Amino acid sequence: MSETKKTDTVAEAVIPKQASAPEDREVLLKVEGLTKHFPIKKGILQRQVGAVKAVDGIDFEVRKGETLGVVGESGCGKSTMGRVITRLQDPTDGRITFEGQDITRLSTGQMRPLRRDIQMIFQDPYGSLNPRHTIGSIVSAPFRLQGVEPEGGVKKEVQRLLELVGLSPEHYNRYPHEFSGGQRQRIGIARALALKPKLVVADEPVSALDVSIQAQVVNLMDDLQEELGLTYVIIAHDLSVVRHVSDRIAVMYLGKIVELADRTSLYESPMHPYTKALMSAVPVPDPKRRGQKSERILLRGDVPSPIAPPSGCRFHTRCWKATQICKTTEPQLVELRSGQQVACHHPENFADQAPQDTVLLSVAKEASELVPDAVLEGSAEQAEAAEQAEAAEEGEAAEEAVAAEPADTAAKPSSAAGESERGSAADEKAAAPEGEAEASDTDSQESTDK
Amino acid sequence: MTELSKTGAAVGEPTPAGKAPEAFLEVRDLKVHFPTDDGLVKSVDGLSFSLERGKTLAIVGESGSGKSVTSQAIMGLHRLGARGKNVQMSGEIWLDGKELVAASPDEVRKLRGREMAMIFQDPLSAMHPYYKVGDQIVEAYRVHHDVSKKVARRRAIEMLDRVGIPEPAKRVDGYPHEFSGGMRQRAMIAMSLVNNPELLIADEPTTALDVTVQAQILDLIRDLQKEFGSAVIMITHDLGVVAEIADDVLVMYGGRCVERGRADEVFEKPQHPYTWGLLGSMPRIDRETSERLIPVKGQPPSLINVPSGCAFHPRCPYADIPKGNVTRTVRPDLELVSTGHWSACHLPAEDRERIWTEEIAPKL
Amino acid sequence: MISYILRRTFAAVILLLVVTAVTFAIFFLLPRLAGQTADQLAQQYIGKSPSKADIAAVKHNLGLDQPVYVQYWHFIKGIVAGANYDLGPTTVHCNAPCFGYSFKTHQAVWPELTSRMPVTMSLAAGAAVLWLLSGVTVGVISALKPRSIFDRTFMGVALAGVSLPMFFTGNLAILLFTYQWPIFGRTYVPFTENPAQWANTLFPAWCSLALLYSAIYARLTRSGMLETMNEDFIRTARAKGLREQKVVVRHGLRAALTPIITVFGMDLGLLLGGAVITETVFSLHGIGEYAVNGITDNDLPKILGVTLLAAFFVVIANLLVDVLYAAADPRVRLS
Repeated sequence: MSETKKTDTVAEAVIPKQASAPEDREVLLKVEGLTKHFPIKKGILQRQVGAVKAVDGIDFEVRKGETLGVVGESGCGKSTMGRVITRLQDPTDGRITFEGQDITRLSTGQMRPLRRDIQMIFQDPYGSLNPRHTIGSIVSAPFRLQGVEPEGGVKKEVQRLLELVGLSPEHYNRYPHEFSGGQRQRIGIARALALKPKLVVADEPVSALDVSIQAQVVNLMDDLQEELGLTYVIIAHDLSVVRHVSDRIAVMYLGKIVELADRTSLYESPMHPYTKALMSAVPVPDPKRRGQKSERILLRGDVPSPIAPPSGCRFHTRCWKATQICKTTEPQLVELRSGQQVACHHPENFADQAPQDTVLLSVAKEASELVPDAVLEGSAEQAEAAEQAEAAEEGEAAEEAVAAEPADTAAKPSSAAGESERGSAADEKAAAPEGEAEASDTDSQESTDK
Repeated sequence: MTELSKTGAAVGEPTPAGKAPEAFLEVRDLKVHFPTDDGLVKSVDGLSFSLERGKTLAIVGESGSGKSVTSQAIMGLHRLGARGKNVQMSGEIWLDGKELVAASPDEVRKLRGREMAMIFQDPLSAMHPYYKVGDQIVEAYRVHHDVSKKVARRRAIEMLDRVGIPEPAKRVDGYPHEFSGGMRQRAMIAMSLVNNPELLIADEPTTALDVTVQAQILDLIRDLQKEFGSAVIMITHDLGVVAEIADDVLVMYGGRCVERGRADEVFEKPQHPYTWGLLGSMPRIDRETSERLIPVKGQPPSLINVPSGCAFHPRCPYADIPKGNVTRTVRPDLELVSTGHWSACHLPAEDRERIWTEEIAPKL
Repeated sequence: MISYILRRTFAAVILLLVVTAVTFAIFFLLPRLAGQTADQLAQQYIGKSPSKADIAAVKHNLGLDQPVYVQYWHFIKGIVAGANYDLGPTTVHCNAPCFGYSFKTHQAVWPELTSRMPVTMSLAAGAAVLWLLSGVTVGVISALKPRSIFDRTFMGVALAGVSLPMFFTGNLAILLFTYQWPIFGRTYVPFTENPAQWANTLFPAWCSLALLYSAIYARLTRSGMLETMNEDFIRTARAKGLREQKVVVRHGLRAALTPIITVFGMDLGLLLGGAVITETVFSLHGIGEYAVNGITDNDLPKILGVTLLAAFFVVIANLLVDVLYAAADPRVRLS
């Protein structure tokens, strides 16, 4: 297995293995088959008629000192996952191991000593601080709850913590309403750090903050990690923030991890079509890129309901590459490239996992649309560019040629790339949504009807 | 793109006060102040800009910068309701040759929804939870058109179809909570465009949405703008959205404009340290930066006690470069930097050029 | 929706059964636990110096010599199927919804209750219309002009309305409008006989009762409206170019009033069970007065009857409120 180095073009599946990170760090948190279902009850007898499958079987590990980013659209289960791994909610199934200890079924009392090691930071800096308590009593609460007497006394320690997060020690006797959103988030961080935790799970720590303040908090979390050797799980919907802060990133879709990879691999050559679509949708603050050197994949409709997720691959209803196998067989999360695990039958930037199955799903081909403006120009990764173009072309060809004979599309990717590069890209883009409006009928209705 | 760079007139020289301008929309020295128990809140304090039909102006700023109040002032919304009784407003707003600040409330009301319409941030709370989506669109149409409910309903279905809502004839009878976030925002857009307004103001229209849906909605707005030729004001804090959709950019800080110009110019050669701060604060998805973000230090200013001189000076790392105490005492005016590009900063042009090219740009 | 109503009705029946059990326990079981014997209980129904035989007879007639659960069973059976009361020489049959038989007045409770119901209903309905109209109007105007002179004045009046007891306002109204300036009639006339006379007599009582409630409703409406008028959908309605009046009525009031339905339903339900003080002050022979009689006479069947009726109205009002709420707010799904 050692010979499978991180060569981009290796077309060979690698059997899943662990610890392929640059440094083989110790595993701090291990999650196996984690499931969280919320029952739905109905009728006169209030029988359970179904469940919201918020988290539906996920596996990952967090290593000491690293930052694991978790991204996904709203309703993908990322926040539930955060609350379950910190045991704020009980898992339905699966196993959570923290420092080798199984904490899956620990009672509240048994969890108490572990609360020192696992802390959480919340999104809303307004709702998560009690307005009737002073900053001092908020930040010192963990000491009281755990019965810990820090060196030099509680007050001194709290003031040290306030300084650590960039607040003044004089703020000790003030109340939360006297602080701005960014400062409140700092207070929340100080509270989380009071007991020197090993793992900090942060759920959307900066999304409620203004851009300039957001950067302050991101930097602060960075510094603290370095200083205190913290391990983070950062849950966020903002892919740019996640790219900035994470070492490894898990992409979630409908309760499942669809791709788990180190930052560079994930952002530079995403393998799951969903990851690719997600990243292509993020607007880049550079007007020059508008309408030219970008390729945007426009996903149609919304995420299906987690009550009745689609069969097979959950993304197949919106995936432009979906074939028959995607509808019937759920792809497993396997390590296709060193440090990059993907759950997909037809991954991007890699050899097809189910090449025998080439018939595109008619639902899927209408479900999404590629806007192939052009391929990244002058980029070093020529191979990647070709592959992207191929994907683009595949999507388009499917619309016209339906299921006639799309098997050979891979053979002529260069022509497609050339075509779209030249033609007036802007016009093509503007014209595209026209068709979108008509074609989207099929898939979006089921999700919006709910 | 090339077409844009030729028409710099969108952010041109303002016409003298009191006279109807050439531009479709022109705002001159707009001030909106709200008296409160704590003091006078100067939400907008001397703002001027203009906009042509078919163009998109992005107003960028953080919370409390005055960007939302500006949009509501144009719509005349801030004067309604209990809080609106005391609002102090001055300046001029010219929309298609009509002045709105001095106009009677009823005159403005008649323009509202017909010539100018608005899309809001959170479509769930922006639509009435008790009424069917179709009925809300019908209502918007019948305010300005004397037609039967049946005709209006047909129009509503047509609009829902136009914004890409599947099965519009069926969805027209749905309630807002039965729609998904993206569909709701589409319905909201259908509602605001039902009277073919010439000015569309979108206040953070995609902030509450997921990125994939955001891409759909931005596409839709761009597309509809092309079709109807309307002018669009996009209010946002996301520079990515700006780059995506705007022809012109106006950066607001503390109720004033600190920089404005064509989008490509402002992104290429931003002139104000606050704009640098915004760019430096944003993590980028398109490149790997192992380096730290460059945040703006400190907190946004209080609008009751706006700092003297340049409102940005307490947070500006370069406030000491200009000679004397000028940054702390003199309020900088917007000055022309290059064609169609204005900035309000005391820093000498050479310093700005040097700082941008040597210190800021390489780190972004 | 239908499943929901069925489920709720079922729950309401269970709840009423529980209420009967608890009421029964309070009135029949507690005195015994306190040490009273069946003889002492029976004695209360007879005049001074009763004979042993009288006591035994009453005890038997009332079933006081039977175990409590048997008594309860008889009581429930009476409600469903009617009951027979042995009065020595004759036997009185008490028809199907039999809520007991008063041995003091020698009357069955239920017919007595039904004959008094129109009075209580007239009082409650009239007052409800008045307080809803005045309370909501005042509340809306105050909310639209917060801190204005109108707002301050009426909120002051509202405060007074809440604080003044019915003994004061009611008696003042009688004093002024039926004695000093006799504008209004003194004796209740059924609606079916003479509607004008009916309203004329009840008007002072309505006003007194409405003053109390409209004060509460004005405050409720005001805070509800203030909140609603700050909602985003109000801004949207204005952005459409709607006239302010339409914005307030169609968009603001509709949303602000829905929570008031809940409070209103509960208040009305409570009042239908007898407006005790108001009926006493205005000498209206309604259910409230009946309850007062029962208490002063220590006539258990009467008290039990009124308690159950009141509980019934409250439970029904609750059910109606929930259904109405769902009809008003489409987000509430009754399933």
